[in-house]
Amino acid sequence: MKNKILDMTTLDKTLLKELDAYINLLDGDKGEHLIHVLHKAQELFGYLPQNLQLYVARKLDLSGARVNGVVTFYSFFNEEPVGKYKISVCMGTACFVKGADKVLERVESLTKTKKNEISEDGLFTIKDVRCIGACGLAPVMTVNDKVYGKVKPNDVDEIIRYYRGLEDENN
Amino acid sequence: MKITSYQELKKWQENCPKKTDYKINVLVCTGTSCLSSDAQTIVEMLESALESHNLQAEIRVIKTGCFGFCGQGPIIKIEPDDITYVQVKVEDVEEIVEKHILNNTTVKRLLYQEPNQTKSLEKSSGMQFYKKQMRVALRNCGEIDPENIEDYVVNDGYFALAKVLENYSSEAVIKIIKDSQLRGRGGGGFLTGLKWDLTKKVKGDEKYVICNADEGDPGAFMDRSILEGDPHSIIEAMIIAGYAIGANNGLVYIRAEYGLATNRLRKAITDAREYGLLGKDILGSGFDFDIEIKLGAGAFVCGEETALIRSMEGYRGEPDKKPPFPSESGFRGKPSNVNNVETFANIPVIILNGEAWFSKIGTKNSKGTKVFALAGQIRNIGLVEVPMGTTFNEIIYDIGGGHPEGKAIKAIQIGGPSGGVITKEYFNTQIDYDSLIDMGAMMGSGGMIIMDEDSDMVQIAKFYLDFTQDESCGKCTPCRIGTKRMYEILERLVNMEGKPEDLDRLRTLGEIIKNTSLCGLGQTAANPVLSTMKYFPEEYEAYAYRTKKTKYSIDPKKCVGCTKCARACPVECIEGKVREPHRINEAECIACGACYEACPVNAVIKP
Amino acid sequence: MKLIDKMVQCSINGINITVEKGTTILDAAEKVGIHIPTLCHLNLADFGVVNKNANCRVCVVEEENSHKLLPSCAEKVVDGMKIQTDSLKAVMGRRTNLELLLSNHPQDCLTCVKNLDCELQSLAHELNIKEIHYQGEKMQHPVDLTSFGIAKDTNKCIMCRRCVTMCNDIQTVGVLSPLKRGFDSVVATAFHLDLGQTSCTYCGQCVSVCPTGALAEMNDSPKVWRALNNPNKKVIVQVAPAVRAAIGEEFGYEAGTILTGKVVSGLKRLGFDEVYDTNFGADLTIIEEATELIERIQGEKTLPMLTSCCPAWVQFIEHQFPELLDVPSSCKSPQQMVGILTKTYYAEKNNVDPKDIVMVSVMPCVAKKAEAAREELNKDGLSDVDYVVTTRELAKMIKEAAIDFKKLPDGNFNKLLGESTGASAIFGTTGGVIEAATRTAYEMITGKELKQVNFKQMRGIEGIREAKVKIDDLELNIGIAHGLGNARKILEDIRDGKSNFHAIEIMACPGGCIGGGGQPYHHGDIEILKKRQKALYDLDKSMPKRKSHENEMVLQLYEDYLGKPGSHKAHELLHTAYSAKERI
Ligand SMILES: Cc1cc2nc3c(=O)[nH]c(=O)nc-3n(C[C@H](O)[C@H](O)[C@H](O)COP(=O)(O)O)c2cc1C
Ligand code: SF4
Ligand code: SF4
Ligand code: SF4
Ligand code: SF4
Ligand code: SF4
Ligand code: SF4
Ligand code: SF4
Ligand code: FES
Ligand code: FES
Ligand code: FES
Repeated sequence: MKNKILDMTTLDKTLLKELDAYINLLDGDKGEHLIHVLHKAQELFGYLPQNLQLYVARKLDLSGARVNGVVTFYSFFNEEPVGKYKISVCMGTACFVKGADKVLERVESLTKTKKNEISEDGLFTIKDVRCIGACGLAPVMTVNDKVYGKVKPNDVDEIIRYYRGLEDENN
Repeated sequence: MKITSYQELKKWQENCPKKTDYKINVLVCTGTSCLSSDAQTIVEMLESALESHNLQAEIRVIKTGCFGFCGQGPIIKIEPDDITYVQVKVEDVEEIVEKHILNNTTVKRLLYQEPNQTKSLEKSSGMQFYKKQMRVALRNCGEIDPENIEDYVVNDGYFALAKVLENYSSEAVIKIIKDSQLRGRGGGGFLTGLKWDLTKKVKGDEKYVICNADEGDPGAFMDRSILEGDPHSIIEAMIIAGYAIGANNGLVYIRAEYGLATNRLRKAITDAREYGLLGKDILGSGFDFDIEIKLGAGAFVCGEETALIRSMEGYRGEPDKKPPFPSESGFRGKPSNVNNVETFANIPVIILNGEAWFSKIGTKNSKGTKVFALAGQIRNIGLVEVPMGTTFNEIIYDIGGGHPEGKAIKAIQIGGPSGGVITKEYFNTQIDYDSLIDMGAMMGSGGMIIMDEDSDMVQIAKFYLDFTQDESCGKCTPCRIGTKRMYEILERLVNMEGKPEDLDRLRTLGEIIKNTSLCGLGQTAANPVLSTMKYFPEEYEAYAYRTKKTKYSIDPKKCVGCTKCARACPVECIEGKVREPHRINEAECIACGACYEACPVNAVIKP
Repeated sequence: MKLIDKMVQCSINGINITVEKGTTILDAAEKVGIHIPTLCHLNLADFGVVNKNANCRVCVVEEENSHKLLPSCAEKVVDGMKIQTDSLKAVMGRRTNLELLLSNHPQDCLTCVKNLDCELQSLAHELNIKEIHYQGEKMQHPVDLTSFGIAKDTNKCIMCRRCVTMCNDIQTVGVLSPLKRGFDSVVATAFHLDLGQTSCTYCGQCVSVCPTGALAEMNDSPKVWRALNNPNKKVIVQVAPAVRAAIGEEFGYEAGTILTGKVVSGLKRLGFDEVYDTNFGADLTIIEEATELIERIQGEKTLPMLTSCCPAWVQFIEHQFPELLDVPSSCKSPQQMVGILTKTYYAEKNNVDPKDIVMVSVMPCVAKKAEAAREELNKDGLSDVDYVVTTRELAKMIKEAAIDFKKLPDGNFNKLLGESTGASAIFGTTGGVIEAATRTAYEMITGKELKQVNFKQMRGIEGIREAKVKIDDLELNIGIAHGLGNARKILEDIRDGKSNFHAIEIMACPGGCIGGGGQPYHHGDIEILKKRQKALYDLDKSMPKRKSHENEMVLQLYEDYLGKPGSHKAHELLHTAYSAKERI
């Protein structure tokens, strides 16, 4: 392989095996399952690096461009690694009118990370997401699967501090 | 166990456990909103408490879908006592068990208190929030355990299907749906019976029934609630649709973000298969039908039906030109019928109660009920289902409880990013598909965002446009570049860098994007801007002529001199003595709004 | 169905017209002489190419009963439509969409490869755009000049997706796709790789349909100018069959005018020392290929044998079907044969050091640039061919040198590698190579004279064609495919053991080299392609000799230098090998 980033031999073999097993169970037109396969791959690897995308392309007998076109179309797929804690601030309407933009600003400034990026220490990834369906609690943010409702900018300090604290405990 | 006839279904229903089999039913909402504030722990604590008192046989804890009253969650309802507890915390469970369940006394402090009332409400049935509602699509949400197929069957679930398979030809089913005048709840409002008929008439060996559960409108969550609270109703309706149009395959396209809904639907499908309600030879009728779930991956445009189909086929979710419509050429190029979740939820009731019952509800051209997601500056945030023809006033004040702080409500944004605003003058209008169009808005999926006098309409319009230009698939010129240019103009305006002629440019460009875009996203993208420009021109002009006030100020008449604002201000630009009116040094104010949030007497004036 | 059911009636700008059901508004308007501008639209249906995206929205028209404007290129006429193509609303819609495209465009016309040949530019002229009312952020992407064949300047892309249709639907190579979405969307390769790192075949079909300068061939003319200005070099040129049938279009000739003589004189004026004919190489290829075919049939070796003169097709099989690399003929393409013979045969005869020879080819083709750069196509470190310029590039060089092409006298090729037959003339169209090969194989096998040289079953424009030829008691099954998508079908059959062909001709470009990626732009006019094709068949008919093995200079080459067809020396110089490549 001429290009380093596309070197598929660096991918984790056990995870690939799991992915293969998933793909082998699919029937019918393999290309039709592309989105589900990418979900699975992201679930296994955490994100979809280029060599993994190419691997999926080969497996499903699709061109790399087709796979990359799909990956970059949907906001659910990440081409870059994500932080240990994925902070998603809901920017749906209900949350927006309740000041979600201020919450996002605070998250960005406290983690020194822009949205869609990962913090320097690799701890946080910041995302702005559309309505997560908890509008009753607007404004809403989530950290991984934990939902925080009726968040005020000031609450963000405490939430971030909590996760930073978890890290310090671990170290 | 396979159920193979109407009779067997009937027998099964009789044998299913019912609410009346228990002395007390404790219904705990486990919708997404309530779950995110610990409803699951509440359920577990309740269950273990009952176990320790050995009461499982008499008292049942039912994990239900959403009650609609999400702003007050987590919610517990106790039947048959007709008591609803709101904002229940994990710490409260013990008390509820102790007082209510064991000693039959109400825990007063957890009852809901109506606005402007000093006493809290004893009985749930007295709640204003529900009084004007009519729950048809949401009939089982908050009533049954969505993960329990027997609960559904007890509430006459799958009887519409059995009735259809036993008694009706496909033509007869279509006629019922046509005569009910049900219109699609996914946005367009197309007559459902007519769509079924069109799909039926297209020749094809293979056809598909597709359920659109993409629900992209940010702030609407009725489809999610139905799938979480009553998944079997969608399965039942899809089978009926399949029977009517001659399809043996169903697909549900669901947002990847809707994990809970997906899991419950998945469970429901498995259960239905087990009882012979899905799969081969359904209810012994010889009719085969099965359902597959397809996940989205985060793209609003995939709610558009042709894009949805592309996405299900494993491609980028880019819309195609219509015609051909999916009814002629849809999934895998085969005739396909796409309906929205809420549309499907209405089908079984229409079959059971009859088309005449349904078409009596609502207005002349809009029959039945509609679910709205109420959000924004309103007291009761949540899902409400009302008959078509209900007025905005009824929704805002009677159901929604008005503004939480009693401020004036200036406008309602309806229809999400495709919709527009309704202003005060129209709050007495009866809501239906046509009246909304006349007012320059649209039903959309039923998101209803309430905005008070402080809301900046230009910012709201910019918010929606930011959304659409970000969600544009990028296929066609007007939407790909046009919405970006509109957004840039708005950005210049709110940064006080605009020019008066920008307003004209914005309007013209908006019209052209509307007229020339390829799909519904682009064709409606400019609506929020155009409609706010129409009703609030002065707000745009204030930006364009740069006369807009941008800094915060303090109303000296209201200020009590508590100093809270001054302490909150990050740039220390508020001065004043204790118990004397404070003053903001506007030159230094960075408009962060901290003082506004801090002031206990609303003395700080937003720009 | 009754005729009446098949017809629909509408009015366009007040003119009533009845058209067949399924006719687009655009085509209906054309019938009554009303021109509607288009940009993304491309319809070469006879060659299997239709771009159905309808995404530029510059062709919109007003219809009385629709509040939206309709894209005329894709909207079909419905009975009773009242269409207005020139209403203010329609004109404003079109103009604004074009302005929006231009607001995200570099507008570098003066130095752009497409200057005066650009559909975006002419549209701006046609719609009289004098001001762009909407300004804002523009896309910014690096320009990819790394491959041997194609220059990709994404900033000039208007997202019409003609190239995507070509690369995915027609060629099934799938190198190009839209990536991202919204304003950030862009037509690109996977992960924005340089084209050279992908499995691009350099067929150039994306280039030939791109309406703007976003995709173009790599410009090699500066290197040729430099060589021509170097007194120490012998600069020798060859001209491919399809060039002569198309180059005239760049100078105002009717499409399909054969201008061999003027091209030769033009090249001599430019200063080339010898002007050779790729057709000579084509005749030679036929003899070698026919020999190989007979050997494969009689020796019961791998069948079918696939022609190998199209380098895009060779790339395709290397990337996409690496397991089938023993099916193509091992013959080099005519360009490479002329190249290597110049550097050996010519060099020895004229006592020139091959190091001092610069071999240039003029090709209808972008893939030939990449072919010339292939590592295995060289001898003693010297490439068979040094530089390749396309038909378009040659036309530009002639203009640059201020040569009045129309006034040029007819010149003649230099003799040594310049003679050709009618058989080689039709190399430039789909079906031509195999027809030429059949003429020769017939006589080689039977030893009898072939009287009827026209094999009509092999001609035409259908994507996949079959022909059966009786050669004594052998019935030869022949397959023809043009366009790589059709080639894929044939290859899948071979892979799955379902093919019973003896020999198959494959050309990467729809239509063959007449529709090559380096030819003058047809701007979506299919008649141009058909005229070029006809011109080549006419040329064949007009030639005194119509079988490759009657080419006297080729015969002399064997006698003087190579020995007999398929000899050891022929193999050393005229044959090659293929290698498996990554698919991306
Ligand atoms: C941009 C766009 C987004 C849409 N999103 C949704 C959606 O989230 N859910 C939905 O049911 N319909 C959505 N629609 C409407 C669908 O295209 C389609 O009309 C609908 O699913 C048909 O179902 P119905 O007839 O039952 O309403 C959307 C349309 C557009 C143009
Ligand atoms: S209108 Fe927008 S979303 Fe729809 S096809 Fe065009 S670019 Fe895509
Ligand atoms: S808006 Fe912020 S900066 Fe301005 S006065 Fe209030 S607290 Fe201070
Ligand atoms: S917080 Fe409100 S009341 Fe208190 S000093 Fe500030 S403006 Fe006055
Ligand atoms: S692509 Fe066309 S419009 Fe753009 S710079 Fe080149 S010639 Fe000009
Ligand atoms: S040259 Fe051919 S293969 Fe390469 S990108 Fe263009 S169309 Fe695709
Ligand atoms: S590169 Fe050319 S053909 Fe391809 S989309 Fe862009 S403008 Fe169209
Ligand atoms: S068909 Fe001709 S022009 Fe096209 S790639 Fe092949 S050799 Fe080149
Ligand atoms: S808008 Fe934020 S959860 Fe719905
Ligand atoms: S989620 Fe509990 S009431 Fe809506
Ligand atoms: S030419 Fe019709 S939409 Fe582009």
